[in-house]
Amino acid sequence: MKKSHIQHLYWRAGFGLGPDQLSKLKKKSKKNIVSDLFKEAKGHKELSIDLSEFAVLRQKNYKKTRKEYGIEAFKQLQKKSRSKVRDLNLAWLERLKEPESVLREKMTLFWANVFVCKDQNIWNIQKYNNVLRKHALGDLNSFVKAISHEASMIDYLNNRQNIKKSPNENFARELMELFTLGAGNYTEDDIKASARSFTGWNRDRFGNFVFNKKHHDTGQKTFFGKTGNFDGNDIIDIILEQEQCARFICTKVYTYFVNPKVDKKRIEELTALFYKDYDIEKLMLHIFSSDWFYEEKNIGVKIKSPIELLLGIHTTVPHTFLKKKQPLYLQKMMGQILLNPVNVAGWKGNQNWIDSNTLMFRLKLPSILLNNAVIHLDEKGDIEGTFDEYYKKRKKGKNYIKTKIYWDVFDNNYKKTSPQELKEILISSPINPDTKHLIDNLVIDNNRDYCIQLMSIPEYQLC
Amino acid sequence: MKRREFIKHSALASSLFMVPSFVKAFEDVAKKTLGFKKLVIVQLSGGNDGLNTIVPYTNDLYYKKRPSLAIDKKDLLNINGDLGFHKNLAPLKNLYDKGYVSVINNVGYPNPDRSHFRSTDIWQTASASNEYLQTGWLGRFIDKNGEMPYNGIEVDDSLSLIMKGENVNGIATKNPQLLFSNTQTPFFKKVLKEQEKETHLSEHNLGYLYKTMIEASSSAKHIFQKSKTYKTNISYPKNPFAEQLKTTAKLINSDVQSQVYYVSMGGFDTHYSQAGRQDRLLDVYSKSMELFVKDLERSDRFKDTLILTFSEFGRRVKQNASGGTDHGSANNVFVIGKNLKKPGFYNEVPDLTNLDKNGDLKYTIDFREVYATILNNWMEVNDEQILNKSFSKLDFI
Repeated sequence: MKKSHIQHLYWRAGFGLGPDQLSKLKKKSKKNIVSDLFKEAKGHKELSIDLSEFAVLRQKNYKKTRKEYGIEAFKQLQKKSRSKVRDLNLAWLERLKEPESVLREKMTLFWANVFVCKDQNIWNIQKYNNVLRKHALGDLNSFVKAISHEASMIDYLNNRQNIKKSPNENFARELMELFTLGAGNYTEDDIKASARSFTGWNRDRFGNFVFNKKHHDTGQKTFFGKTGNFDGNDIIDIILEQEQCARFICTKVYTYFVNPKVDKKRIEELTALFYKDYDIEKLMLHIFSSDWFYEEKNIGVKIKSPIELLLGIHTTVPHTFLKKKQPLYLQKMMGQILLNPVNVAGWKGNQNWIDSNTLMFRLKLPSILLNNAVIHLDEKGDIEGTFDEYYKKRKKGKNYIKTKIYWDVFDNNYKKTSPQELKEILISSPINPDTKHLIDNLVIDNNRDYCIQLMSIPEYQLC
Repeated sequence: MKRREFIKHSALASSLFMVPSFVKAFEDVAKKTLGFKKLVIVQLSGGNDGLNTIVPYTNDLYYKKRPSLAIDKKDLLNINGDLGFHKNLAPLKNLYDKGYVSVINNVGYPNPDRSHFRSTDIWQTASASNEYLQTGWLGRFIDKNGEMPYNGIEVDDSLSLIMKGENVNGIATKNPQLLFSNTQTPFFKKVLKEQEKETHLSEHNLGYLYKTMIEASSSAKHIFQKSKTYKTNISYPKNPFAEQLKTTAKLINSDVQSQVYYVSMGGFDTHYSQAGRQDRLLDVYSKSMELFVKDLERSDRFKDTLILTFSEFGRRVKQNASGGTDHGSANNVFVIGKNLKKPGFYNEVPDLTNLDKNGDLKYTIDFREVYATILNNWMEVNDEQILNKSFSKLDFI
């Protein structure tokens, strides 16, 4: 397989790759490379952080335990448990750096921005994240049903408040508008019928799904022209009967994995295929095996998300953060905090990542991570914090991101790589002629410096 | 250029070192005529408790629902009628006494959302509560009335949704010099000089990245070069919010080409120990604000500046068990300016007898009516184009 095509595949199905992997793969055929990607993605390892210190919060007899433990101390422990969402963020980032199966992790990241959810309950959001991972290459029907049963989703979109006596339409609306069909592809009556069908879907204190029969509306509902005593699962089945659902998801997949600019013909090709059985793996296999995926017009045209940018640098030059929380700062400054989506519509992506401030930051990121560049920029404080917390005073030392850089690994990986090859590995888009002129006239002493330079040109922002 | 030099500069300060020569052509693009009216939006982030800010001290219900948190009449700065100012708002009351303040009560929106993040989005994008917009209302103002990032400035280090437009985004800075030095290095200049070719900026992503770089670079230059021509002789208190307003005044007073500014002040999420905490916040807010107005007055810019202060929501009428208050809905907003049509209290006092099912105040004025009024009457632009919908106008300006 052509080198540039392997790189393209690995940027979209993962977070780039190094020369060693590249030279191993280039002897193989496209068919084998793609099928190996899917083979690796078969199994999945759950992501979990250590929550044993909070065992007391998970006791059966809540009131009694709380009293024994002390109400104030119990409260503090609850608060601390909520802050663990940040630890899960960091653990997820680590996982993305060292994926067991790169495709499954990339898909998980993708789905997290389709079935958008946010929760302070660490147990529930961890479970939710693993549901995304589990179904990432599965079938869409079970996937949508699974997320609809999750405690985090039930909380996030107010299905707890959705009861027969006074239906809450939030989940029903977003399920269709943002998760499966898109605005304009259903009526307000469909939303009402759907909301009624999801009444009584609730959770218990431990995040288990509970069907509260008492609050479920067992009456007749008419949804997309069908009438019956529907429950939530019936609604999801009927939604998936709409070809528009396949089209909606395929458009999301296409703009994320292929090209931010929609090609109607390709979308229809994908829709026809996906609508048959909603098999996500089949859909992705079709895309990565197609010839059109590797056309010039699809290569190097997507603006990397902040996470892709961070991980791409890591793929080339492995490094670790000496201060555990600094990756959170980087995510915040670039506008993508894992597990903390802006709203239920998710990150819009592509050009939306870029404004004057984020672009300046992103262009400087390689120097910040790999060359001790100073940053004087403060993140916005916590909106729920006090005045002093909001305007966290930053000590001088904090202006550096402290990393341990494994240059030896880089040197070893790239020792046989010529500057020209290094450029081809790092930059997938065509280079602006003026910038190319400048880059071509640099005196190159060693690959380390050249690598940082290449990562600092605007073209590196694309994959 | 030697590699050493390159690395040094790229490492130390430069990120924008690759700007080709078309930057010049770009900077010379004729500017749209900007209005001279300024608008400063201040968000009290976290949800300020409006009821303990402008206090309905004649209402028994207020004292009943807040046994330990209600403020005694004797501790208020009495105005007239049914409302009194929190004691730490004396500087704001000075402005009020000069006729510079309009307090609009009960501002909110239908189906209020009680999440900070979501409600901030709603206020910043001017959306309905079930609508998700990706652009802010000031961003859309820049879209229609500006063309460069410096046409909308957030005084902070990262840009909020409020300043993001469809085609143009505003720019964030709380230190123009730092912003500038991030874009200007000897290397950067050399690149500019050496580059000859014109590159066509197209709509594709790479073109967009270069365009944004160039805009960032010329915005940083404009903001820095303008702003250094003004030095205030007012001494602001030493706190980050005062610092933000000081910078805002500097930008306005030095004629930076921006009509809209956004500043966020944090700390208002007073779920516990509200009394002392809010006292300090209001002290910081009102002292800084009075000096800000003074700063603008000295340069005769105050008459052309309107300041709107809002919070993403008010707080619950009933206090909670921790000496604080929980998230509520409708709230008061302050409009500060020189030529207000109706200084003082614009509308009726909050109705504590008619609360919603959560025990929160019901809104009587949609916040988008406030925006529409400002856009139409003050900025003299088509408010419908910016708010995507027609809202009735109020009569405060």
